[in-house]
Amino acid sequence: MNFKNAKRIETPLRREVIASLRAGDWVLLSGVIYTARDQAHRRMVETMVAGKALPVSLLGQVIYYCGPTPARPGRVIGSAGPTTSSRMDKYLEPILGLGVLATMGKGERSKEAKALFQRYDALYLVSIGGAGAYLSERIKRAKVAAWPDLGAEAVHELEVEDFPALVAYDGQGGDYFEKIMKRNADRSVRATKER
Amino acid sequence: MRRAIKKATLVKAVKKLVLKASFELEPAVERLLEKAARSETSAEGRIALAIIRENLKIARAKKLPICQDTGLSVFLVELGREARLDFDLEDAINEGLRAATAEGYLRRSVADPLSRKNTGDNAPAIVHLRLVKGNRIKLRLLLKGAGSENKSMVRMLTPADGREGIKKFVREAVTKAGGQACPPIFIGLGIGGDLELCAILAKRALARPAGLPSKDRELAKLEREILREVNRLGIGPAGLGGKFTCLAVAAEKAPCHIASLPVAVNIQCWAHRGGAIAL
Repeated sequence: MNFKNAKRIETPLRREVIASLRAGDWVLLSGVIYTARDQAHRRMVETMVAGKALPVSLLGQVIYYCGPTPARPGRVIGSAGPTTSSRMDKYLEPILGLGVLATMGKGERSKEAKALFQRYDALYLVSIGGAGAYLSERIKRAKVAAWPDLGAEAVHELEVEDFPALVAYDGQGGDYFEKIMKRNADRSVRATKER
Repeated sequence: MRRAIKKATLVKAVKKLVLKASFELEPAVERLLEKAARSETSAEGRIALAIIRENLKIARAKKLPICQDTGLSVFLVELGREARLDFDLEDAINEGLRAATAEGYLRRSVADPLSRKNTGDNAPAIVHLRLVKGNRIKLRLLLKGAGSENKSMVRMLTPADGREGIKKFVREAVTKAGGQACPPIFIGLGIGGDLELCAILAKRALARPAGLPSKDRELAKLEREILREVNRLGIGPAGLGGKFTCLAVAAEKAPCHIASLPVAVNIQCWAHRGGAIAL
């Protein structure tokens, strides 16, 4: 795969790495990341509201919005691609408040969520929706880290190697989706002028 | 002539159908993805399509689900009125679905809508039954992931909104879906009927072989126009920008009330998984 000028980054993320990345950059992510989707987010926030400690420390970590399929015997994990991020927008502020430095999923998010990435100097990464089989090959180790009763929605600790993603929102307010929409608008203005 | 269908035969066929659809796409879908990969011009869109195609190879070779969202199973069933079933059809379909879920290591993706408690086996399937001529049973399966189903919409337009109103509504739905619905998408468009019939028509449209235009000339023209307009939005593969936001539009229609124009847009992700059997 030709990831032009992809930057290799490792978890836990460091502030200077975040500062060096801009919306539209490809990254290849290596290290430990944690999955959490709808029900795990609900549990995390409920736990925090109850004043209790979370079962895993998320300081400097990456949250991957993903609910994998079960592993076949002999495999690390089943298919494990990104789910729609915007469903987790409601939970984003408390999660970033824990020191999470990046979340990864697919698709655009709300204006409010986008502003939070800038406020917390964090990254929003997108990977390729639907490519769960391909992405599972980049996962070298997997275990359930919390709430096994949630099944696919449990928090999984994954060790990934060169996991591909694109910076959608950077820590400076940069927005890749806005960039491509602007590119389209410019193109249609040009097309109209040429006509 | 009356003909008996055995429960075991149906259960086994359903299991096979779900497994195959989870691990590989139908050739018509794969061809449309290949075509897009050849002519996409955006750099990011090309990378997304290359990953998508590599993903299909891995899924097929290793019997891994194409996507971790193995979906809600929707069955469009045509039952010949001379076919005899001495069992409950939905029970048999669910039995096959449960067996496929266990055997194929599929994700459990079905839950109670309020308690959110997982049913634990991907059942129940959604079954739409039609009685037809003959003594056979035909089942068309669609595996619907939530990323795309969540972006589907129904709207009661007015007769004055007409054709332009329909096109505007589809553009709006696709724009709202953006990268979340896993483009390049497939669009099933249901026009007419009432609230639920337009939605069922949209699903039936999606169940047509991918890329096959409507036999109705007027509908086929509308499908082409919508495809062109939607691909001008620039959302692109995986929402990363590009020419291919949509691979095919399929529309179905039914007569509606003189005061109504119900329209449903059913969005399907690039992993347009399905299959058909006839017993």
